[in-house]
Amino acid sequence: MKFLCVECDRQMEFEERQLPGDGTLAAAFKCPACGRVVAMLTNPMETQLVASLGVKIGGRTLEEQPMETVRSMVATGREDAFAEQDGERGAGSGPIWSGEAQDRLSRVPSFVRGMVKRIYADYAKERGIAEITPAMMDAARSELGLEGM
Amino acid sequence: MHLRTYHELTEPDRSGLPEQIAAQRRRVAHRMASVGRVLVVLSGKGGVGKSFVTAGLARALAGAGRTTGVLDADFNGPTAPRLLRLPVASCTVRDDLIEPAVSPEGVRCFSMGLLLEDGNPLAFRGPQAEGHVWRGTLEASALREFLADVAWGELDDLLVDLPPGVQRFHELTDLLPTPPAVLAVTIPTPESHDAVRRAMRGAVERGAQLLGVVENMVGGGGAFSGTAGEDLSAEFGTPVLARISWHPAPSAWVELAGRL
Repeated sequence: MKFLCVECDRQMEFEERQLPGDGTLAAAFKCPACGRVVAMLTNPMETQLVASLGVKIGGRTLEEQPMETVRSMVATGREDAFAEQDGERGAGSGPIWSGEAQDRLSRVPSFVRGMVKRIYADYAKERGIAEITPAMMDAARSELGLEGM
Repeated sequence: MHLRTYHELTEPDRSGLPEQIAAQRRRVAHRMASVGRVLVVLSGKGGVGKSFVTAGLARALAGAGRTTGVLDADFNGPTAPRLLRLPVASCTVRDDLIEPAVSPEGVRCFSMGLLLEDGNPLAFRGPQAEGHVWRGTLEASALREFLADVAWGELDDLLVDLPPGVQRFHELTDLLPTPPAVLAVTIPTPESHDAVRRAMRGAVERGAQLLGVVENMVGGGGAFSGTAGEDLSAEFGTPVLARISWHPAPSAWVELAGRL
């Protein structure tokens, strides 16, 4: 799917993605010539179809996690299905988690919690963020397209 | 008004969805590069014992010294963990890969059955009302991740246990760099012959190599009678590799493994 600014005959560029949290998605595209911005709004079914492909509108900014689609989409997963073993990408000497961020992480279903923790830690490391807070989690969630995380 | 078409728009695209898909395919190809042979156990018909044959064959191959893996591609009715007597344990996530479970004979296996709550069906998050639109896509993605994200390591044989039908076979063939080899499983009946024949035809049309036919549930007082194995063998010019009785001796699997 691409967007064309008819007036300028230029392909519009991806600007920003937003996840309101109701299963829908909003993505803004801007014409590089005239600056006009349009938003693509997808309903929950359309959002889910794109997510089912394991791709991200706006591109990936972080490396894909192993079994990312299965772990983020399966609703009947066993709580202890996965055991995270921290390696190069694990927590190690990475960012610290604020108390509020830890509380929020603890509310993520355990089937996917380990992966979500790694994603936020990778996001923080890549940006030189020393402490993971709920505000940072919100920013990452929107930027990375982490619906339901 | 003249509008340029999709393919006429050549400016850089930050989403790069085709590139993301291509990267997924490369990850599968990279993982499969250390697999000697992908061998699909296919039927087209349910209840003929594909998973039973897969498990027996995998154990025999491992017993013969071949490094063997089993990918249980039946996401909605996974049976490999029980058939292979896999330990009940968490799957270890190490760096970018997930460790497979290992059977007492050394068969490496990954199955949806390792991930699901006991007794619960596979269910996905999302708008259930339109589930038919995206569920197939999601299961194809799960297959891709089972291929690409499991630490299969060096394998001589990766057996893929398919669910009934041919949809999963087509998804698998789309994902693999080259078409897999196919072992067709049937029971002796004419009804099974009809269903397996269609599946084998579909596999041939996708360029798969037929290794042969396994006729399962043979004998047993004639519970299932017919000549499906012979008929499929003659029609497709591929051998009947084994006739498996209702209670096969371990030697039956060893003989089958020796013919592959």
